[in-house]
Amino acid sequence: MSGPQPGQHSADRPDNPLDDALGKADPEVEPGLVEELEQEKAREEAKAVDETGDRWRDAFRQIVSGSWAVALGAILLAVLAGSILIVLTDEAVQESAGYFFARPQDTLKAVGEAIGGAYSALFRGAVYNYQADSFAAGIRSLTQTLTNATPLIAAGLGVALAFRAGLFNIGGQGQMLMAAVGAGWVGFGVTGLPIPLHLLLAMVAGMLAAALWAGIAGALKAFTGAHEVIVTIMLNWIAYYLLSFFLATPGLMQAPGSANPRTPPIAESAQLPPLLGERYPLHWGFVLALLAVAYVWWLLNRASLGFSYRAVGENPRAARVAGIDVKWSTVSVMLIAGALVGLAGVTQVLGTATTGFGEGIDAGIGFDAITVALLGGSQPVGVLFAGLLFGAFKAGGSAMQAAEGIPIEIVLVVQSLIVLFIAAPPLVRAIFRLPQPARRTTTRRKSSSTKEATA
Amino acid sequence: MSAPVTRPAPVPAQETGARTIDKVSWKSPIALGAVLVLYVLLMALAPHEGSARFALSTSRDFFQIPVFVVPAMTTAWLGAGVGLLVTGAAVLAARARRRVPLWWISVYAVFLLTGFLAWAAAGSPRDLSVVGLLSGAVVLAVPIVYGSLSGVIGERAGVINIAIEAQLLAGAFSAAVVASLTDSPWAGLLAAMVAGMLVALVLGIFAITYRVVQIIVGVVLNVLVIGLTSFFYSQVLVPNTEMLNATTRFPRLPIPFLDRIPVVGPVLFNQTILAYLMFVIVGVVWFALYRTRWGLRVRAVGEHPKAADTVGINVLATRYRAVLIGGTLAGMGGAFYTVVSINQFGREMTAGAGFIALAAMIFGKWDPVRAALAGLLFGFATNLQNVLSVVGSPVPSQFMLMLPYVVTLFAVAGLVGRSQPPAANGQAYVKE
Repeated sequence: MSGPQPGQHSADRPDNPLDDALGKADPEVEPGLVEELEQEKAREEAKAVDETGDRWRDAFRQIVSGSWAVALGAILLAVLAGSILIVLTDEAVQESAGYFFARPQDTLKAVGEAIGGAYSALFRGAVYNYQADSFAAGIRSLTQTLTNATPLIAAGLGVALAFRAGLFNIGGQGQMLMAAVGAGWVGFGVTGLPIPLHLLLAMVAGMLAAALWAGIAGALKAFTGAHEVIVTIMLNWIAYYLLSFFLATPGLMQAPGSANPRTPPIAESAQLPPLLGERYPLHWGFVLALLAVAYVWWLLNRASLGFSYRAVGENPRAARVAGIDVKWSTVSVMLIAGALVGLAGVTQVLGTATTGFGEGIDAGIGFDAITVALLGGSQPVGVLFAGLLFGAFKAGGSAMQAAEGIPIEIVLVVQSLIVLFIAAPPLVRAIFRLPQPARRTTTRRKSSSTKEATA
Repeated sequence: MSAPVTRPAPVPAQETGARTIDKVSWKSPIALGAVLVLYVLLMALAPHEGSARFALSTSRDFFQIPVFVVPAMTTAWLGAGVGLLVTGAAVLAARARRRVPLWWISVYAVFLLTGFLAWAAAGSPRDLSVVGLLSGAVVLAVPIVYGSLSGVIGERAGVINIAIEAQLLAGAFSAAVVASLTDSPWAGLLAAMVAGMLVALVLGIFAITYRVVQIIVGVVLNVLVIGLTSFFYSQVLVPNTEMLNATTRFPRLPIPFLDRIPVVGPVLFNQTILAYLMFVIVGVVWFALYRTRWGLRVRAVGEHPKAADTVGINVLATRYRAVLIGGTLAGMGGAFYTVVSINQFGREMTAGAGFIALAAMIFGKWDPVRAALAGLLFGFATNLQNVLSVVGSPVPSQFMLMLPYVVTLFAVAGLVGRSQPPAANGQAYVKE
């Protein structure tokens, strides 16, 4: 990095209060304090090096070197890759490419039509259908997006929370299936309860089942050291076969008088009521998901339990030394994470698929939740927006499949590419030539050089 | 975002290992006893009178072994008796602080299994083909064993490979396309190897070069490959099925003379080339890992990359090579689906075999031979379900399908035996 050397810099400015404090601190008595002050000083100097004097340019640099720019870049790259796939497999493009050198404009036109058709269908399916007769009919797309986003947000929160505590919860699928078992069983099996009570009971049953299922992974991790990734993968499959056994067995969850592995419809008293009236798919589950966002934000930023989770996630040994019960943290965070993922299953069963469900009720949401959590940076608000984005992709993807015949799996490709790019910020920065943010390693090197200078 | 990506994994395993040393010896008797109790409860609560028919030979054998007809419940209780004896002996061994020999556990397993089979097949008019059960197990184990070898090689070098499923699926897809285009299963196998390697290359780029958390890369790669193959399947393969998705399969390749030995012949010597290659490759991987310079380096890089770097081993290059070799092997396993098992590709046709392979790797304690044996065991469990559904078994098929996962859960929880991953597994290496 160019610019004045940090050592000289501090020597030129003896009036820096940090230097003053550094001089007073005794490294023998308080080695930690000295180090902290040095790091603080190095951080300040790093800022001084980066400043160019032009305020707008600095502001711009700060924005483009932040994680938002990387997220945007990743989304752009992934959508670009998706477009290439669409173009390559489009029949009109393939036909006209046969005589590309004779009439290149035909190929270009076909490419334009393929991409234009795909993205206008995506927009019509996810945001607003401008081909509909009325505003009320057109806006249905947006409510479909919000409906799709509901379980993604809830499950994404579950994965993100576990992430913050240093646990990788890829058991979303299993937890959702167990939530479906719990909520479904109460939802169609129990009758005669008044409306709010039945709904509440079904929700609690579903979330509890999912919490306990995730709790198995937490307990095994805490008490035997079994890696939670392996355990949750195994629990996914066990839950899947358990549900398919329940669904195939008359008297357990199979609809009476039917040979299909499907449950009977959910009783009306246990359904989540529609939020905007009967003509829109959106139900109160979305509000519950928003409440869950607020709860997780409060938990992580304002509650001591959440603080202990973050401490365990950052450094379990330091957390143990600080008096945090790491084992209990591991178990309890998985219980809460499972309950959040369970909320996703509950909204699916009691809100979206109220006519009964089969073994595919999780619809890949358990795995999508991982991508949602990663895109959202494991922050509750980030998860909210990531869930909305992926919900829109899902709604638009169905419209793309219906209108243009583009397989909906393109959504999986785009989603996974987004996460892949997000997870590797250096790659995205290199592709878009974004500036690197001041990195930790350079800061540390600087602080050690200042140490030499002061010594 | 940066918090989960750069955090090194905590390694508390050594401490617990040292602390629970005198508990370890009690694990086997407890596990044996627990299984025995379940078995006895099953036999006592749901007795199945009648006789079971075990068929041991096929028509091609040198000599015919007559069909065994045994009274079901007597056999079942005989199995329980032997199980009780072994459990008792295990308790005595544990009290004397000796380890329970593996062959005791084998005897226990064989007798309980025979009893279980007799109970399950009781009263069925059809013969329970033991040969079919075992040879089918070998067939079904092929992709699992290849996949678990991929995991073993990668993780021995310190790169977690959750993407085995993706490698299998990519292998299956490209084998289907190339074998259909060329009419040659060999070309398909080659294409599958390349596809598996490409998936491994992406894993390597993100996990080794860009130091993304390896589990994230693996999970995302699985989703990506499922999305890509399903997309191309519906968009390209379905409209051109005859040209792109109708393969010629590898024929069964009976080894003359050997294949006519009763029981052993049809099970081991009447398989496809992919199964024979599997047995060879397991041996080769074992030899390469434990008896060559390359293997020593791979293991060094997986246990202590810094030390390996200090003595001049190129950590990143070694890891790349290991991951790529692993991907190639998993690709071969993927070819099983489209040039051995059936002759076309189907959406998400691997159906979680990659995760069973992962389980086999853990169950096999990151050792190629044990992982292969675990793969065979899981193949057996899967095929047992098929065979029992033919004879009409009282056990719901879902529970049989669940079995490998439950067993793995017990294995990682340390009840069956401690599984210790390589020390630097999952940690990106930064040269200082």
